[in-house]
Amino acid sequence: MSAAIDSRTDFDVARIRRDFPILDQQVNGKPLVYLDNAASSQRPRSVIEAIDYYYEHDHANVHRGVHTLSQRATDAYEGARETIRGFINARSTREIVYVRGTTEAINLVAQSYARPRLKPGDEILISALEHHANIVPWQLVCEQTGAQLKVIPISQTGEVDFAAFERLIGPRTRLLALAHVSNALGTVVPVAKFIARAKQHKIPVLLDGAQAVPHSVVDVQALDCDFYCFSAHKMLGPTGIGVLYGRESLLEAMPPWQGGGDMILSVTFEKTTYNQLPWKFEAGTPHIAGAIGMAVAVRYLQGIGMARIAAYEHELLDYATAQLAGISGLRIIGTAPHKASVVSFTMAGIHPHDIGTILDTEGVAVRTGHHCAMPVMDFFEVPATARASLSFYNTFEEIDRLVAALEHARKLLA
Amino acid sequence: MDLKDLYRDVIVDHNRHPRNFGKLDPADAHADGFNPLCGDRLTLYVNLEGDRIRDAKFEGSGCAISVASASLLTEAVKGKSRAEVQKLFDDVHTLLTQHDASADPTRLGKLAALGGVREFPARVKCASLCWHTLNAALDRASAPVSTE
Repeated sequence: MSAAIDSRTDFDVARIRRDFPILDQQVNGKPLVYLDNAASSQRPRSVIEAIDYYYEHDHANVHRGVHTLSQRATDAYEGARETIRGFINARSTREIVYVRGTTEAINLVAQSYARPRLKPGDEILISALEHHANIVPWQLVCEQTGAQLKVIPISQTGEVDFAAFERLIGPRTRLLALAHVSNALGTVVPVAKFIARAKQHKIPVLLDGAQAVPHSVVDVQALDCDFYCFSAHKMLGPTGIGVLYGRESLLEAMPPWQGGGDMILSVTFEKTTYNQLPWKFEAGTPHIAGAIGMAVAVRYLQGIGMARIAAYEHELLDYATAQLAGISGLRIIGTAPHKASVVSFTMAGIHPHDIGTILDTEGVAVRTGHHCAMPVMDFFEVPATARASLSFYNTFEEIDRLVAALEHARKLLA
Repeated sequence: MDLKDLYRDVIVDHNRHPRNFGKLDPADAHADGFNPLCGDRLTLYVNLEGDRIRDAKFEGSGCAISVASASLLTEAVKGKSRAEVQKLFDDVHTLLTQHDASADPTRLGKLAALGGVREFPARVKCASLCWHTLNAALDRASAPVSTE
């Protein structure tokens, strides 16, 4: 990294990179350039060490034993919940349900909130830019109940059509489920105005925040959403853990989604009394280390500041967009004016899968494929795209490496 | 890993100018192949004369490896019996997956150009999709083939 590159920003990215051991390696003989952050981010040493420390010193099952280790594990697990509550500004830890990830959070709401309420002819509204995780759970619940899935169209820039939304929302609508940020296109959906309109119709709103939480300040009270779902592994935390935020009054009224240990107060063969929130939704031994690691990831992000992260990533995005646009035959898919740090693209005469392989030989990791958003690919009439997704530990120099590798691909195949 | 070994001249040529590209109408059999990992889709058509493949064509879209492999396949299987096609598939599979490939390169002809794929395990499915699809067509299967 040259001084000239550093001077573009006061963000000390070199120091931040030293916190991420995985970034310091060669891939295929070249320094790794990791640009697949929307699929999964990397972890800082503090997260890795916290998980190690927990297993080396404090592990026991939670909520079960009077012994010291069980108490320590419980304190760490519940303390993590409070950290996460503060991160998204929920009113209470009763509104923070640990789940495996965004996918499980949405399935929980589909099965526990929507399924008992939906009747034939009722409607669920989603948008055309959703990840499969915010499509398929609703298709399943529609099959189970006779409800219908309605899809708000998107524009050629990749923006959700608000006028069409206003035409689609109506007396049969029972839930609006929207991505906060599109994983395939990077579009930041202006969810506030969608939520405001849904509230006028008294329709609850679920936001898929998997791609928003790692990149921006999220305040569930300010958003006034009813459910908010996200995964730890896209925001520096472990895989296999995520959060369902739910408005307490809604969670309270919902039946448990899985039965088992820890989600009960008392069990007899005649009647079982369910536990209080949030444990009512946490059957079985949870991912204790995952929750602890997630909270450390949150504290790492807070240590830098989400606003600073967003500002730096925006500079990276602007630079990447300008540099990629200069490559002959390259088409950026998703050009909304307000985007998170994702650039999806195709190149004339080169299939994205070949781009992925050629970039990998240059040490550059990008995602290629449909990004679990096949309807988005169909809309733009492409079989797949290549996607560079940037994190605050990426550098301007790494974008130059991406551009050089793409030029190499173009010379080889186009 | 050498990119030049993966994208050999034959592969690049067959990707830019795929042979036997298009629909056979009427076709004695056809099948669809789909690789959900990368979105490759192809349809393979065959006309038979007794036990032998008289003509083969394909259409669809995919990466350079999958398009070139399908193009090479259509050239290679014309005039071959089912048993000969099966033997060829076995040889190609060995070529794609075995490092100490014992397959006779002279028997593979131009298909030997796919040999670089074995250094790129993620790409083996791209090269083999058309062969699985051909098998499905020969079995007169109507269900799409998946590599997943």
